[in-house]
Amino acid sequence: MAINESCCCSAEEEAAVQAAINDFEPIRTNLIPILHRIQDELGQIPGWAMEAVADKLDIPLADVWGTASFYTMFDLKGRAKHIIRLCESPPCHITGAKKVLEALKDELGIEPGEVTEDGLFGLELVSCFGVCGVAPAMIVDHQVYGNLTPEMVPDVIAKYREG
Amino acid sequence: MSEVAQEKQDLPAIERCHVLICAGAACVASGAMEVEAAMKSKISALNLEAEVSLFDTGCVGTCDLGPVVIVYPEGTFYVKLKPADAEEIVTEHLLKGRVVQRLLSKDADHVEVPSIFEHPFFAKQKRIALRNLGVINPESIDEYIAVGGYASLGKVLEMTQDEVIKLVLDSGLRGRGGAGFPTGRKWAFAKAVEADQKYVIINGDEGDPGAFMDRSVLEGDPHSVIEGLAIAGYAIGATQGYAYVRAEYPLAIKRLQIAIDQAREYGLLGKGIFGKFDFDLEIRKGAGAFVCGEETALMRSIEGMRGQPRPKPPFPAVSGLWGKPTIINNVETLANVPAIIQNGPFWYSSFGTETSKGTKVFALAGNINNTGLIEVPFGTTLREVVFEIGGGIPNGKEFKAVQAGGPSGGCIPASLLDIPLDYESLQKAGAIVGSGGLIVMDSDTCMVDVARFFLEFTVDESCGQCTPCREGTKRMLEILTKITKGRGTLEDITKLETLAKAITQTSLCQLGITAPNPVLSTLRYFRDEYLAHVVDKTCPAKVCRELITFDILPDKCTGCTICARNCPTHAISGERKQAHVIDQSACIKCGECLVRCKFDAVVKV
Repeated sequence: MAINESCCCSAEEEAAVQAAINDFEPIRTNLIPILHRIQDELGQIPGWAMEAVADKLDIPLADVWGTASFYTMFDLKGRAKHIIRLCESPPCHITGAKKVLEALKDELGIEPGEVTEDGLFGLELVSCFGVCGVAPAMIVDHQVYGNLTPEMVPDVIAKYREG
Repeated sequence: MSEVAQEKQDLPAIERCHVLICAGAACVASGAMEVEAAMKSKISALNLEAEVSLFDTGCVGTCDLGPVVIVYPEGTFYVKLKPADAEEIVTEHLLKGRVVQRLLSKDADHVEVPSIFEHPFFAKQKRIALRNLGVINPESIDEYIAVGGYASLGKVLEMTQDEVIKLVLDSGLRGRGGAGFPTGRKWAFAKAVEADQKYVIINGDEGDPGAFMDRSVLEGDPHSVIEGLAIAGYAIGATQGYAYVRAEYPLAIKRLQIAIDQAREYGLLGKGIFGKFDFDLEIRKGAGAFVCGEETALMRSIEGMRGQPRPKPPFPAVSGLWGKPTIINNVETLANVPAIIQNGPFWYSSFGTETSKGTKVFALAGNINNTGLIEVPFGTTLREVVFEIGGGIPNGKEFKAVQAGGPSGGCIPASLLDIPLDYESLQKAGAIVGSGGLIVMDSDTCMVDVARFFLEFTVDESCGQCTPCREGTKRMLEILTKITKGRGTLEDITKLETLAKAITQTSLCQLGITAPNPVLSTLRYFRDEYLAHVVDKTCPAKVCRELITFDILPDKCTGCTICARNCPTHAISGERKQAHVIDQSACIKCGECLVRCKFDAVVKV
């Protein structure tokens, strides 16, 4: 099975996926490391990439999809440029994450699980990522922000709007 | 040049001081990297590079005080730094030797604490698993070796496997991941099985909300975990190890990888370690699935599958990764191992209680003054931890409860503050030691709301494989949501208890089995609060939006109009300088009026 011919990827994306796959020995234990690499390179795991992985590892596409969709960090849809992940676990909840969420919703005009119209921001609620010492906290892409207040939200968002 | 002069030039420059900056994730989130950059540039501007060495260290534990800097040898402890403060430390302290008093940490009486050695936060602690955090540079294997690192591995390789296992058994060390199973017994099981290949795994998939000790140990002292794992490998006869670390901890993964590479370079991993032992280690990143902290799910994830647990037995020690005997130890457990080998099992067991030996790392989070990481002997009371080490509850509020052990644990009310923190006492109280997360809650916390939050977590994280966990927790969450919205009935409370029992008895793995615990323990200690929601339709802590109203006290209202101007739904009316009123039908209970009022005229009822 070759890569899906109807794929709308660029040559660079295809090369990145091939490089990711070829960097690992084609055995099942390397499936998740390969998916991580594709996620890092492309910001998502498109269907055509999963087909290429299934092909190389010689496992059914459904199995690759089933595994990839099990883990929340793999983005199978391809959404926003910047993903804002606000922690909603109890330590953050009782120290004011709710108010920060309101501020984020106001600033972005979206609900959790949605993406802004310009595709710039996606808002997600996530479980504890272990910086409870500075709760409430959120991660934008890979940057952690702690001790959040509703007043800090516009400034943080502005940084990413400006690029 | 004379020989003496030449020799002098070959000597390394003598450094006047070591400046350690905490680079744990919490401090980084508070701006530690900006502080470090400011310090570096000032040090280089003043040409102090040869005399002062500045480097990152692991989590010091005082997360609420970050970013923090420690200047050794004096141990001067600077807190809550901004980049401009960092420059002042360089020009005043490092250059002129004058301590910058205003940046020192303060004790409860607002008196400056001269050094980290005298800081009350550390006074009651006994740091074994955390021994190197805030002391060495985690990215330098030389520093780890300088404090005795890898000597334990060398010592172990002179012993027989059984001797090593006996030593760990004698120490009384129990697994720090949650279940508290004796580590030595786990090793003995795996050693007893004959196999051509065995595996040892570091469980770094810490996911309990409120627990962050494994992240901190991996970030701050990765070599001790590697050394602990290699010792475990030798004891059971495994030559390959894996470190399964959640992807949400990028800094921990980075530091662990650096440590592995350094250990390989030094011949402390790979073939022929000390000429006697082959052992290597590979990192596997999680990908956002809490259930992978369960050992059988974790192994499936390493194999490249969906991380779904399987029934036990067979236990991993008999049939684990790829069907081979495998032991999985938690990060904190392994970090203790080299210290136990170095100091002897009876040194370790001299700390703690009869059945809970040694020390335990607890993470303090929630409504507590000193958030962060602490390590105390088992048996230290909850009161000592919350009020002496933790500094009590902020803003003059009252202590209400502690949630111990995360979503699998339970809450401990104020009446049990003198409970000793050990495996048995906590279990008796309906909580668990678990991974050691302590979420402190003040009087403004609604216990029904908290229980609902924990259940929401479990519902999100259930792998969906078995029905009791997948469907049962969802039904419990629906009932709790109904109660917090004021639509609950007394029958709902009975239903919660019936469901909890069924889920506990029939779920496949510990995630499901323990999921109802937060509900059961809040029902046990705060039943009144449930009844208030259900019968009186009130929320005593005034948290549940549907059950509270906002009112304006006419005698306190000055008619300043600030509330009316800020009300998003224009629900407040009144003339200037006259008492205002809230139209309850238009009020959305956002609380903006309460925040804005300067005269305490707005109240929640």
